[in-house]
Parts: sequence; structure tokens; C-alpha cells
Amino acid sequence: MPVPSPSRTGPAGGTRRRRRGPRTWIAALPLLVFTGLCFGLPVAALLYGAVTGADPATGSTRLTGEHLRRSLQGPYLGSLIGSVQLSALTAVIGSVAGVLIAQAIVTSRRTWLRSATLTASGVLANFGGVPLAFAFIATAGISGVVTRLADLDSLGWNLYSFTGLAVVYLYFLTPLMVLVIIPALDGLRPQWREAAQNSGATGRQFWRLVGLPVLAPSLLGGFVLLFGSAFAAHATAAALVGGSVPLVTLKIADALSGNVLVGQENVALALSLDMIVIAGLVMAVYLPLQRRSARWLR
Amino acid sequence: MAAMTPTAQAAPAGPRPAPEKAPVRRQRLRQRRRPRVWRGLVLGLAGLYFLVPLLASVVFTVHTPGRGVSFEAYTGILGAEGFTDSLLLSLGLAAATIALVLLLAVPALVAVRLGAPRLRPVVEVMCMLPLVVPPIALVTGITTVLRWGPEHLSRTPLYQTFMAVQDENFPLVLVLAYTVLALPFVYRSLDAGLRAIDVPTLVEAARNCGASWAYVILRVILPNLRTALAGAAFLTLALVLGEFTIAALLGYQPFAVWIVTVSGAQARMSVAVSVLSLLITWALLLLLSRAGNGTRPAKSTATVAAAPSSSKDR
Repeated sequence: MPVPSPSRTGPAGGTRRRRRGPRTWIAALPLLVFTGLCFGLPVAALLYGAVTGADPATGSTRLTGEHLRRSLQGPYLGSLIGSVQLSALTAVIGSVAGVLIAQAIVTSRRTWLRSATLTASGVLANFGGVPLAFAFIATAGISGVVTRLADLDSLGWNLYSFTGLAVVYLYFLTPLMVLVIIPALDGLRPQWREAAQNSGATGRQFWRLVGLPVLAPSLLGGFVLLFGSAFAAHATAAALVGGSVPLVTLKIADALSGNVLVGQENVALALSLDMIVIAGLVMAVYLPLQRRSARWLR
Repeated sequence: MAAMTPTAQAAPAGPRPAPEKAPVRRQRLRQRRRPRVWRGLVLGLAGLYFLVPLLASVVFTVHTPGRGVSFEAYTGILGAEGFTDSLLLSLGLAAATIALVLLLAVPALVAVRLGAPRLRPVVEVMCMLPLVVPPIALVTGITTVLRWGPEHLSRTPLYQTFMAVQDENFPLVLVLAYTVLALPFVYRSLDAGLRAIDVPTLVEAARNCGASWAYVILRVILPNLRTALAGAAFLTLALVLGEFTIAALLGYQPFAVWIVTVSGAQARMSVAVSVLSLLITWALLLLLSRAGNGTRPAKSTATVAAAPSSSKDR
């Protein structure tokens, strides 16, 4: 890396500034060019395709809101709503379950339990996609082991439905919440609880006035992360339900692989744009929250 | 103010007996007993929910109703058509992706620390942006760009590039897409690693001792980043091995796509492969936490493992 040698630029105080040499940034250039080309270009193409279309009369390309409008109607709107509903439901349940499990581990004094749960959460949070779908097909699918043993069919159970998908999603969302929330729960210093108790506060008062306000950014951040995770999920749903549950990722995949009418590609682009907007909102909430909650991690 | 726990690390929320008055003690005793019940209940239910699918998968693969136990599903995997090809393709893609993402990210991050702090927010945003774009949206963008090849560029030399990138035997386009997907996690891992060492001081010391720049990078910086590099590589490996959406929609058949293809004819085998892939992920993560600095293994596993989940392709 062609940077002026620090040994030649005088005392340490001055070197920091002077070492911002004229060519250090060159080392960062490949990364910037790469992201520009391989990330920026597809996203730009997506945006462009979502808002333009061929004029039927002249054949020339023109600006149109047609695709976006169609992506927000009928079955496409239904799939967006379905995705948001599924993500919100699983994020709520996953957050609550994750917090309960995390609190159970944190308050337990068994260190082996803690490290085992953390490792398991790390693995399970990553156990998404296709393998997860197959594990659940083996468990609760039509000829699954539990389906046969517990006779789930007679209970009206159907894995290939909205409920079934929610149960499957929780399998990777809950461990994710555990991983996100444990540092925050650790950040609740025992001294605070003792201080509250010594001042005569009840357990409920402690949680309402100290615990929850401190945890709030992490809780909301975790919820939003779970929502985003569930919202972007495609492989699990694709391997599990095919097309029987309306989800936006499945609709996009259908439109891209030409399973629907020709000329739907632009609607797929518009749907992707809708997804990016929603995911962008999610991240806009998550990243600042994560930074805020990082305060309690140390 | 009788009982103040001396360190924050000591047993969180663990009530500490101390000289105190009777009513307080009774209150604590009550608090001690109640959590035990709900803790057991919560952990028991969670254990049930998380273990049953794993056990059921194993049972499903080895036990056929009416025919008893057999391990055919596992023994047949190696000989299954397409298994070796798809696995080798996935491993090759993973190796290429790891090499590319580290070659891009390491110099950029070190440079930002050393001499271009004003670039730092730019690099951070560039690395984090892929989190905002779900894989399925990225792949719609990629197909659009790839369609330009035949449509607009067929007379230009760029066309050859477009074709080469989509080579059936080794689709470079997947490497490029995976690199984009891996960037946020690699960035986090490397950033945490760099944060732990004082790069300018290390470089100054090494340069003052007469080391060349290549020596500084290869023998001073990189060894100090070993854990972070290993973490980034493992995360990328896991991401590439499990990726389905982009490969399936672009029409290639790496490992995850192969499992789905084979599931139609051989349900048992697809579940067996899923079980194996979980075991492999588990082994990799354990390895990763062992490779971590050992001082706080639990925490490093947690942060490293939490990272990919936020946008890993599902």
C-alpha cells in the first residue's frame, strides 16, 4: 500500500493527520467499484425497469407508473399483505418467545446451559432455507413422524398453510431473538435491581421503570430484525408451500421464471421495489436502534 | 445499601444474601422460587419445539413404517446422481467467493483505518446496503442486467464478458452475487477484528523496524486478524452452501437447489442431506467459537452467528 512511511513524518501526534496520504484510498477503490458494479448496477436496473415500460404504439421506452400500480393491486397486493402479516405475526411471537428463553438463561446460574443455548441458537438461527423446510416436512408434513404419531391430521393441521409456515419460520426467528436480546439482558446490571429493591420497588415496578426502558431499543430492534428476516425469506417457503400461500417472494419468483403471462417481468421488478422500500424502512429503524442499544452491551 | 454486587459479571440477577431485615428476605425467597417454575417451563417447551423436528427428521430418514430401520437414505447419498457435482460446484463457488470478498474488504478496511478515515462512512454504507435488498430483489435486478447482454450488447466485446460470467460449469455471476450478499457480514467481522487491535501503532512500529509494506500487511496485520478472517470465511461458506434463491432463479444447480430437485423422487434422502448439513453447520460453528480468542467464547459465537441470520437466504 503506497502510504508515506510514518517514520519520516515526525512525531506521533502529527502523523495521524499527515498519514492521510494522497493514495491510501486507492486500496478501498476495488471494493467501491465492485459494489457499484455488482450491487449498484442490478439495483439501478431494477429501479429503472420498475418505472419504465415499452410504449405499445411507438415501441420506445417511456416512464410509467403502471407496473408499480399493478404491483399494488389484486393478487400482488394480496401477496404483499400476506408477507407483511406473516412477518409481523412471526416476529411478535418470536420476540416474546426469544425474550422469555433468553431471560430464563440469563437468570439461570448454570453456565453450561447458557453456552449450550447460545451455540444452539447460533446454529438454529442459521438453519434456514431448504434444509429447514425438509426437516419440517419430515416432522409435520403429510407423512411426517409427528403427524402420524399424534394424528395431527384429525386436528386439522396442515403444514402447507399460513399457520404451518409461521411455525416453521419461528424455528429460526426465535433463536435469532435470543442471540439479539441476551447481550441486552446481560446489560441489566444486578446492581440496578438491588438498588431498586433497596429503595422499596416491587419486581413489577423495577421492570416498568428500569428494565423495560433500558431494554426497549434492543426489543424493538430485535423485533424489526425478525420482521425483516421473515419478510425476505424465500427458500423455506418455496421448498415448503410452493404457491399455496400468497407471499411476495413467491410471486416474484413466479413472475421471473415465466410461470405467469409474458410481460410480467416489470411487475416482478416493481414488486421487488416494494420489497426494498419495506426492507429499507425496517433497516432504517433497526440500525440506529442497534447503535443505541450497543451502549448497554459493555 | 447493604448488598451491591461487586462486579457486573457475577451471576446476573442472582439474589445475594446479605445482612438485611426479615421482610426483605421473605420477598427475595418468594422471588427465588417463582422464577424456577417459569424458567423450567419455558426451557422445557423451547427444548421440545427445537428438538422434536431434529429427532423426527432422523427418525424419518432411518425408519420406514412397516419396513423397519435402514440407513439407506444416508448410504445412498454419495452415489446419488448430481450430488458430487452440485456439492463440488457449491464448494468451488464458496472458495471463490471467500477469496474475492476478503481481497476486496481487507485492503479497503485497513486503508480506511490507516489513512483515509473520511472514507469510512462511505465504505460502511457500501458494505451494509446489501442488507436492505432482499436476495430475491437482487436476483430480479441481476436477471434484468443479464438480459441486456443479448439485447443491447451483442456487437460489443462486453457481450463475451456477459457470456463468460454465465458459464454453466462455473457461473461467475453467482460468485459476484454471493460476494455482495456476504459483504455485510464480512464487514462486521473484520471491523470487530480491526477494532480490537491498534492498526496505526502496529504499522508504525513495524515500519520503524524497517519492515516493508508487504511484510507489514502479511506478517503483522493479517495474523492479528486471524480470528476475524476465519469468522468471515466461515460465515461466507455457510451462506454460499445454503443459498437457494439466486442460484435457482438464475437456473444453476448448486447444493441447495439440488436438494430441492432430488426431494421429489427421494424424500428420505433430501431429509437425510438436510440433517447432515445441520450437523456440518454445527461443527463449523463450534470450530469457529473454539478458534475465537477463548476469553469469551460464548459472546463471540453469539455475535458471529447472529450476523448472517439477518439476511441469509431463506
